[in-house]
Amino acid sequence: MIGKYAIRVFSLSYLAVLLVAPVGYVFWKTFEHGVGPAWDAVTTPDALHALKVTLILTAIAVPANTIFGVLCALAIVRHRYPGAGIVNAVVDLPLALSPVVVGLALLLLYGRGGWLGGHGIVFALPGMVLATIFVSLPFVVREVVPVLREIGTEQEQAAATLGASALQTFLRVTWPAIRYATAYGVVLTTARALGEFGAVSVVSGRLAGETESLTLYVQDRYQSFDTTGAYAAAVVLALLAMATLLLMTRLKPKEGTQ
Amino acid sequence: MAADAGTLSAAPKSRRALAPGLSIGLSTLYLSLIVLLPLAALSWRAHGWDAVSTSQGVAALRLTLGLSLVVALVNAVAGTAIAWSLVRDRFVGQGLVNALVDLPFALPTIVAGLTLLALYGPKSPVGINAAFTRWGLLLALLFVTLPFVVRTVQPVLFELDREMEDAAASLGAGRFTTFLRIILPSILPAILSGVALAFARAVGEFGAVVLISGNLPFKTEVVSVYVFGRLESGDPGGAAAASVVILLISFGVLLGIGGLRRWVTKHDR
Amino acid sequence: MRRISLALFIALLLPALAAGASKDTKLSLVAYSTPKEAYGQLITAFQKTQAGKSVTFSQSYAASGEQSRAVAAGLDADIVAFSLEPDITSLVQKKIVPKNWNKDKYKGMVTRSVVVFVVRDGNPKKLKTWNDLLKPGVQVVTPNPFTSGGARWNVMAAYGGALRSGKTPKQAVDYLGKLWKHVVAQPTSAREGLQTFLAGRGDVFLAYENEALFAQQKGQQVQFVIPKATILIENPIAVPSTSKHQAEAKAFVKFLRTTPAQKIFAQNGYRPVVSAAARGFNFPTRPQLFTIKYVGGWPQVEKKFFDPRTGIMTRFQGSNGG
Repeated sequence: MIGKYAIRVFSLSYLAVLLVAPVGYVFWKTFEHGVGPAWDAVTTPDALHALKVTLILTAIAVPANTIFGVLCALAIVRHRYPGAGIVNAVVDLPLALSPVVVGLALLLLYGRGGWLGGHGIVFALPGMVLATIFVSLPFVVREVVPVLREIGTEQEQAAATLGASALQTFLRVTWPAIRYATAYGVVLTTARALGEFGAVSVVSGRLAGETESLTLYVQDRYQSFDTTGAYAAAVVLALLAMATLLLMTRLKPKEGTQ
Repeated sequence: MAADAGTLSAAPKSRRALAPGLSIGLSTLYLSLIVLLPLAALSWRAHGWDAVSTSQGVAALRLTLGLSLVVALVNAVAGTAIAWSLVRDRFVGQGLVNALVDLPFALPTIVAGLTLLALYGPKSPVGINAAFTRWGLLLALLFVTLPFVVRTVQPVLFELDREMEDAAASLGAGRFTTFLRIILPSILPAILSGVALAFARAVGEFGAVVLISGNLPFKTEVVSVYVFGRLESGDPGGAAAASVVILLISFGVLLGIGGLRRWVTKHDR
Repeated sequence: MRRISLALFIALLLPALAAGASKDTKLSLVAYSTPKEAYGQLITAFQKTQAGKSVTFSQSYAASGEQSRAVAAGLDADIVAFSLEPDITSLVQKKIVPKNWNKDKYKGMVTRSVVVFVVRDGNPKKLKTWNDLLKPGVQVVTPNPFTSGGARWNVMAAYGGALRSGKTPKQAVDYLGKLWKHVVAQPTSAREGLQTFLAGRGDVFLAYENEALFAQQKGQQVQFVIPKATILIENPIAVPSTSKHQAEAKAFVKFLRTTPAQKIFAQNGYRPVVSAAARGFNFPTRPQLFTIKYVGGWPQVEKKFFDPRTGIMTRFQGSNGG
């Protein structure tokens, strides 16, 4: 019994310092001068446009990375092909690059003089989408892979023996088992896509009112010493992430069914 | 295995063979287009390998790698404990805490930096001044990597079959033994998954650490700042070269973590 | 998914349709981050003039170096306004900005400022000269001159200040080395530097007057001192040869150097390049003011001090720890 309380105390203290206090501070700074200034800050035309851009980026990046994530996890775990181990490691690499370098790499590839340059990809929405996909790539894969390994192949093999096609096996056997993990992967991917700044900043060209995402808007407010505006916009991003989590937990299997 | 399924199965072999081809092919194509192509462009431009071998660059690299490994380890323990508290425990505010776990991710790094500087810097309201030291760096890195191990372990812990634990308990095993022998092996792959993410993120982090660290060369300058310095000083080739080296080292560590996972699961299955 | 792609399609198409429908010229202004508010006001003022009547603008503001790299990578720009000359020179080398961009009576500059000491309330450590910064225990905050091109103004101000006080170049370099040992934080940009200082770090923050004034205007508790010997910061502006609206862009740049426009700059904390516009503003002249030419000019300075391998500052960065 002591064990459970020790864990709880440790977790809660860790979270208090590293999560609750910072998030609380952000909310406090936002509403320091009341709800009015915060609301005004996030409803300016620039802010609303930035929100729209962020939502577009997220709406493209998240489904793309989710489909990729599930396919890739299946490929790595179920179909042990030569190089699966390498692919497994490569998937995490996007995180190891600092955002400035991600932007640099994308500019080198799609910018003037690059191999795929001159097609209006950088300094426009497509480039920002690519940057967002790049930095939020690994999460669904990482969530699904351990679960796939954990559940084993017996049920899938049984389904195959009973005559199910690959798609049926996936939909009836595999998917219900990885649904929850995928949901968490979606939450992480969404949160990352919402919060990405550095890489998107470099490839967007920062055209005010056109290619500014909400994180770039936060930066812009910060530059103008509008701390309330900066924190308020950050709160919008936080609320979007929390909303995604709430949405995804509806996919949670009921206790006791397994 | 395939032969057995083939003789009894009604689905034609060609349809079954499509699945591996599709998932491997599509995922590799996606990975190549999105990740490998930009990295190739970066490597192509890399030149001036002495960019990494300056003593300042090496110091930044060692600091970053060392801190990232520490961050990965701390997350392995703390993340698992937090996941445990969120899945197996019940306490007031649990739902809210669960909802907050992803926020270190969703908050733009400048806000994270400002917040950490305000809370744990010279004007700290709680008297903790870790800014401009390696502790401040560690704090910032732990902040941005918080969600990883928690979120990879949570679903696995949730799906875990309680029967084995109950069986062990009925056989007289203590809680700790049960944890070590039954639960840990099942969640270790998930922990390692999260650890890999945390390590990679810590290596590449820039925005959240720059304010609180002070970027003092040899003391608190991380490699992402050093690389940025190269770029801004008109040496994009050197910046690219340094980045490729960082990537290769991270790749090695990630492969190692993958190998560790294979070794761990081999022993217990 | 389909609804999203349709929405995306429309969202991307609409601006193109709108632009095609109007007869206005659209100029793309690519500038560094600090003059954003100034340019907002200037654009409005320009559009009230004859030359600017049918001109609309797309504006981009980010760090000077980042913008320079973006334009080099293909960002469309009709006017580029950066914080220091080397960011334009790199575009000249890439044949984007014409070689004669600075052959006018303003030498290509549009605003000025000076390096100042931002100090704590009441200047308790009485920091007024560059030598004062070497007093024991004085903690200096300055942006990293390698991650922030603008921070090089600070280093050259310190070097030039030492020269002005009678030191030989070698002694001035020694001074820099000693100063660098007092640096306790090197934020990656000027704004972060101010943030670091306001958060409680250091006794003095090396900043630019226009940023300090802007901060004051925005209600920040900023006090600053201008040393007797300081460098004249000059911010360049140019019209790239790749611009498709040369006449309109040049008209805008010409407008920026009229007295009313320069007054707007002055209201935002910048020292004007047109002396008439400075009347009525408090921009103290400094007796030992010098320009980058005094310390060797940018090309020489970049090589001697900031070369990532052999530069003097590279050496000082390296010796600060280890």
